[in-house]
Amino acid sequence: MKSRAVDTVVLVAGLLLAWQLLSLAVGANIVSPPGTTILRAVALLQTRSFWGHAADTGIAFGLACAIAIAGGILVGLWLGLRRIAGEVADPILGTFYSIPKITLYPIILLVFGLSLSAKVAFGVIHGIFPITIFTMNALRNVAPVYRRTARMLRLSSVSTVSTILVPAALPEIFTGIRIGLAVTLLGTLIAELFASTSGIGFALLRATDIHDVVDILALTMLLFAFAAIVNALLHLVERRLQHHG
Amino acid sequence: MHISRTAIARTALIVGFFLALEILCRLGVIDRITMIAPSEIVLALWRILASGRFNEDIAFTIWNTAAAIGLSIAGGFFIGALLHEVPRVRRTIEPLLSAYYAVPIFVFYPLLVVAFGIGRAALIAMGALFGVVAMVVNTMLGLDRVPRVIIKTAAIMKLGPWTSLVLVRLPAAAPHLVTGVKLAVAYSVIAIVAGEFILATAGMGKRIAFGYNDFDNPTMYGMLLLLLILVMIVNGALSAWEGRLHRRFGQQ
Repeated sequence: MKSRAVDTVVLVAGLLLAWQLLSLAVGANIVSPPGTTILRAVALLQTRSFWGHAADTGIAFGLACAIAIAGGILVGLWLGLRRIAGEVADPILGTFYSIPKITLYPIILLVFGLSLSAKVAFGVIHGIFPITIFTMNALRNVAPVYRRTARMLRLSSVSTVSTILVPAALPEIFTGIRIGLAVTLLGTLIAELFASTSGIGFALLRATDIHDVVDILALTMLLFAFAAIVNALLHLVERRLQHHG
Repeated sequence: MHISRTAIARTALIVGFFLALEILCRLGVIDRITMIAPSEIVLALWRILASGRFNEDIAFTIWNTAAAIGLSIAGGFFIGALLHEVPRVRRTIEPLLSAYYAVPIFVFYPLLVVAFGIGRAALIAMGALFGVVAMVVNTMLGLDRVPRVIIKTAAIMKLGPWTSLVLVRLPAAAPHLVTGVKLAVAYSVIAIVAGEFILATAGMGKRIAFGYNDFDNPTMYGMLLLLLILVMIVNGALSAWEGRLHRRFGQQ
């Protein structure tokens, strides 16, 4: 445990050193040095405009997550329970999951316009496919003995799903949610980056337009920290679920 | 018999969807500014290809993507194999790798443009940077799953570390490596198309963005269709290969 802490400190120090060297090598106007960038990030955290953008991104991300999780689980449950429907849909879902969603962004913009709903929709089309696919496969993989037990206990179909199938499939469903949420954040940010009037992605693009390298790197660093923390938390929950299962 | 029935149902579903879309577009329920009918999109793509006016853009994107994919596969395999040998470094770096795709890496694209100049070098760097981590992760996963007996066999044959890696462990890890290649392709395409949307002088992404700005829907949807077809062909081929490797691996 102690050696792990040492390793992490060494990693962080190594990253900062590499960053500093890169900055020296290519020039501070292309890659700003870590000290300046961290100070700017701290300063940004104290401005009202940063929190305004963060709130806008947060609302879009939250809505997209809610829709992707609810929709993905519902559709996944249905497809997992109806074997034929699942077999029909499986390759279609796989294809949608694998196409780069960025190619669909102009269509989303034409349909939803420059609005919050475009951001949410773009986040949702990223996140909903992994959640649906994982939920569907999780239900298919539930051991047949569980289904037989439910039938033996004469449970209704609703209580079979809610008390037996979903708890049995929960760890795998949660893996889908973790993967889905990461890509939902990516989708929301991409939407903000290309066309929007507020949010962290918009702030990034504005910093790019005026070529404020320190701002770009500071915002990116904050985003990375946020993503890493959310990711670590979800991993923690996932591991706990798997221990219970 | 059962399989062919699901295939028929699937085909019916897809055909029905496009038929409905066609009818909605023709009736004007979906207006022409939002979307043109599927048949018109196919016709638009045909005209684009027949006239050859975007050939340079198409070649630009395909070659850049191929270069980025090549770099990310080679680099990812090398870094992944290296990290696999040093578990301590790997364990420390792993959280970074798993958070990597949550941040749109192409926010660095403007910086790359300053570094490499506008043009293909920045786009290729971008695609390679975005694709490489998927390959690193899957290389490590693949090497993890190589059965110990195979590694022992290599030791008995007195193969050096490099020959053992290339001749024995690489083929044994192949199914996971193909998964890595598939993901690297997807991520490289995302990064390159996104780069072309934001800042580029040529490429399919540029044409799509121009088409969008000019309300030139035939160009926009035509190029979108072409991009989707290319991605699906590559992806379908890799998926088939992946499935075959997994089946063969399972039989051993």
